[in-house]
Amino acid sequence: MEKLIEKYYRPRLPHIWCPGCGNGIVTSSIIKAIDKLGLDQDKTVIVSGIGCSSRASGYLNFDTVHSLHGRALPVATGIKLADPELNVIVITGDGDGTAIGGNHFIHTARRNINLTVILFNNNIYGMTGGQYSPLTPTDSKATTAPYGTLERAFDIAELAKAAGATYVARGTAFHANMLVDVIAKGISHDGFSLIEAVTQCPIYFGRQNKKGDASAMLKTQRDNAVTVEAAKKLSPEQLEGKFKIGVLHQSEAPEYTKQYQAIIDRAQKGAK
Amino acid sequence: MAKVLLLQGNQACAEGAIAAGVTFFAGYPITPSTEIAEIMAKRLPEVGGKFIQMEDEIAGIGAIVGASLTGKKVLTATSGPGFSLKQEFIGYATIAEVPIVIANVQRVGPSTGQPTAPAQGDMMQARWGTHGDHPVIALTPASVPECFTLTIKAYELSEKYRMPVLLMLDEIIGHMREKIEIPDYDTIEKPVRKGPRVGPSEFKAYEPDSDGVPPMADFGTGYRYHVTGLVHDETGFPNGSPAATEKLLKRLHEKVERDIDKITMYEEYKLDDAEIAIVTYGGTARSAYAAIDMAREEGIKVGMFRLISVWPFPEKEIAQLAQKVKVIVVPELNYGQMVGEVKKAVEGKVPVKPMSKYDSEPISPKELLEFVKNL
Amino acid sequence: MIEMRLSGSGGQGLILAGIILAEAALLDGKMAIQSQSYGPEARGGASKSEVIISEKAIHYPKVTKPNLVLAMTQEAVDKYSKDLPADGILMIDTTFVKKVPDHLKNVYHLPITEKVTAELGKALFANIVALGAIVATTKAVSVESITTAILHRVPKGTEDINKRALELGIALVAK
Repeated sequence: MEKLIEKYYRPRLPHIWCPGCGNGIVTSSIIKAIDKLGLDQDKTVIVSGIGCSSRASGYLNFDTVHSLHGRALPVATGIKLADPELNVIVITGDGDGTAIGGNHFIHTARRNINLTVILFNNNIYGMTGGQYSPLTPTDSKATTAPYGTLERAFDIAELAKAAGATYVARGTAFHANMLVDVIAKGISHDGFSLIEAVTQCPIYFGRQNKKGDASAMLKTQRDNAVTVEAAKKLSPEQLEGKFKIGVLHQSEAPEYTKQYQAIIDRAQKGAK
Repeated sequence: MAKVLLLQGNQACAEGAIAAGVTFFAGYPITPSTEIAEIMAKRLPEVGGKFIQMEDEIAGIGAIVGASLTGKKVLTATSGPGFSLKQEFIGYATIAEVPIVIANVQRVGPSTGQPTAPAQGDMMQARWGTHGDHPVIALTPASVPECFTLTIKAYELSEKYRMPVLLMLDEIIGHMREKIEIPDYDTIEKPVRKGPRVGPSEFKAYEPDSDGVPPMADFGTGYRYHVTGLVHDETGFPNGSPAATEKLLKRLHEKVERDIDKITMYEEYKLDDAEIAIVTYGGTARSAYAAIDMAREEGIKVGMFRLISVWPFPEKEIAQLAQKVKVIVVPELNYGQMVGEVKKAVEGKVPVKPMSKYDSEPISPKELLEFVKNL
Repeated sequence: MIEMRLSGSGGQGLILAGIILAEAALLDGKMAIQSQSYGPEARGGASKSEVIISEKAIHYPKVTKPNLVLAMTQEAVDKYSKDLPADGILMIDTTFVKKVPDHLKNVYHLPITEKVTAELGKALFANIVALGAIVATTKAVSVESITTAILHRVPKGTEDINKRALELGIALVAK
């Protein structure tokens, strides 16, 4: 582990995350996946938006962009299309990626451009102190929902699939090894990949909603997560209140930058 | 080989971008700038470049910021509400020092306003549209050939100062077709970005040279640096201390201010013996040339100071102009925007008369002539 | 300097006609500016394309005192011939225009669309016929340059029929 820290982390500790936050586990899962695949560190770019999870880009030793709130995907799209040789990994959160960045999310999925998006889902806006996000469960408490949230949460994995993502997976901070595996598969997949990483925010989500401390929240992840394989054997009643983890969807479709290269080839042939 | 063509201002802007070496365009369709996107969609793949129509205006400018980080010259184009939406990333590119060029073909506003009618109502938005203190470079072409040359110039400035440069067209200039001689693109010097002179281990991404501008490494070349919209120090990493904040903001302004004489561009038309000076820019300058010629025939001593670079504002030159003439007229297609800057520079030395028109029609030479005669 | 306004309805090819006219002027070594109305106006409804041709630099790009207005619909006559001086030329397509303002002296009543449909089988080339009539009447550009400009702009395979349309237009005003 120490070697991974030296190789892939910038010497910029301490980080800004609260005690018990799951973001460190998710970030290290990304690093382990990158290491497992042996990606060229000089040819790998990390792009993030704004929020707790998006601070991860600053800690990682690659070319990194800490962009604007909700806008990581357009910036990542520009980088990937301009230089398709680069591996472009996007770090975003539930507020950043599905509220302010929701439109970019569905369209980037639709385009099937080869980006790997790791969406840290802690069900809350942590950076600003505990406001509800599109992934906050109904009837949760938040500083902007003192009487409980009215809205239904997105199932972001289903949304990604419907929008055209060709690889969709979910993991949790508790199932860290599996998370490494689904992220690695996402990076290897030639197309738009979404990995929803369920992570705990004991301070701003847990406290307001009496979810216990970090270890209690990790246990909840353990108890409620059902692997895709196991889920197949369970009835809808048995799956009530549970969520699936693993590779939820994978399909083949033309990748955007490759399609565009074909257009260049055609246009240049036509011009000559 | 040089070619003589009849082109629209928007077409000339797109061709100027290709001539400057642009290989990436991302944008969103919006009248009256759409032709720029359409031409780039066709032309870029021919030169091995990339075009992408994004899901919205914000994504358009976000994508060119990303592409610029890989070392490409980039363009986006917009109008009206689209320019409002782009302000967020204009601020980002300013603080993160990412060279980008934005063409804004101005139309009547606010809001949807009149999409197909000319206005010059975004001049102050160009200056102050994004929040916070920031320098700005904005150019206003007044002819089709100038759309071509100023687009190339925009890349020189954007690459040199590592910042967004705004091409402030208006619907008159963007949509009219006139004669342009286009040189062979191979003869055009392509603006070059200043790269790092040290290896990755010694590289500090935001450590400026004596010109106040840090050399910029392309992504994917091993420099592994961090780009953020947060206030940062010379390492590029966030540093919110008062000292770091002041240092960064001061440098961003000073890299432009110290070169203001090099950046400033203007044209003097029949000003030598003028008693009345018309200060204007863009499409309205076309009316001014004609009105001045008509006035001169009647023996009225009037000339024009045409702003080519509107931001940074040429305060010094306008102050000097106020020493030479008796009155200054500022015609513009808005309720009165640049006239305020002229007044500021003139400091009450001579009267400054706004001639504001905001009815969606250009100012006709006759109208301007009448205004001058009735002074 | 000659200022011309080509007006009609969207789809009659008048924008293209204006561009061709301006390009022909450049071929003659003159200066030219073309501009047009955009937006809802340009989608059906009345639309206009303006061309200014001059030996010298043209500053103001819009027509302020037209020497000629071509009107291919009644709406275009009503809307775009108001500022035409009494001695200015109004050229109308009698296929669509029935009423012309009384004060105008130089009105060319030309059966443009009717004629082109009869002779070439398609109304499509009416704009080129109109160009022929404009060039023959005003001599704003040379016949040689307008021919070159037309051939440069029209789709391959339609060169001959476009040439015939131009000749048809020239002949319309010759008699």
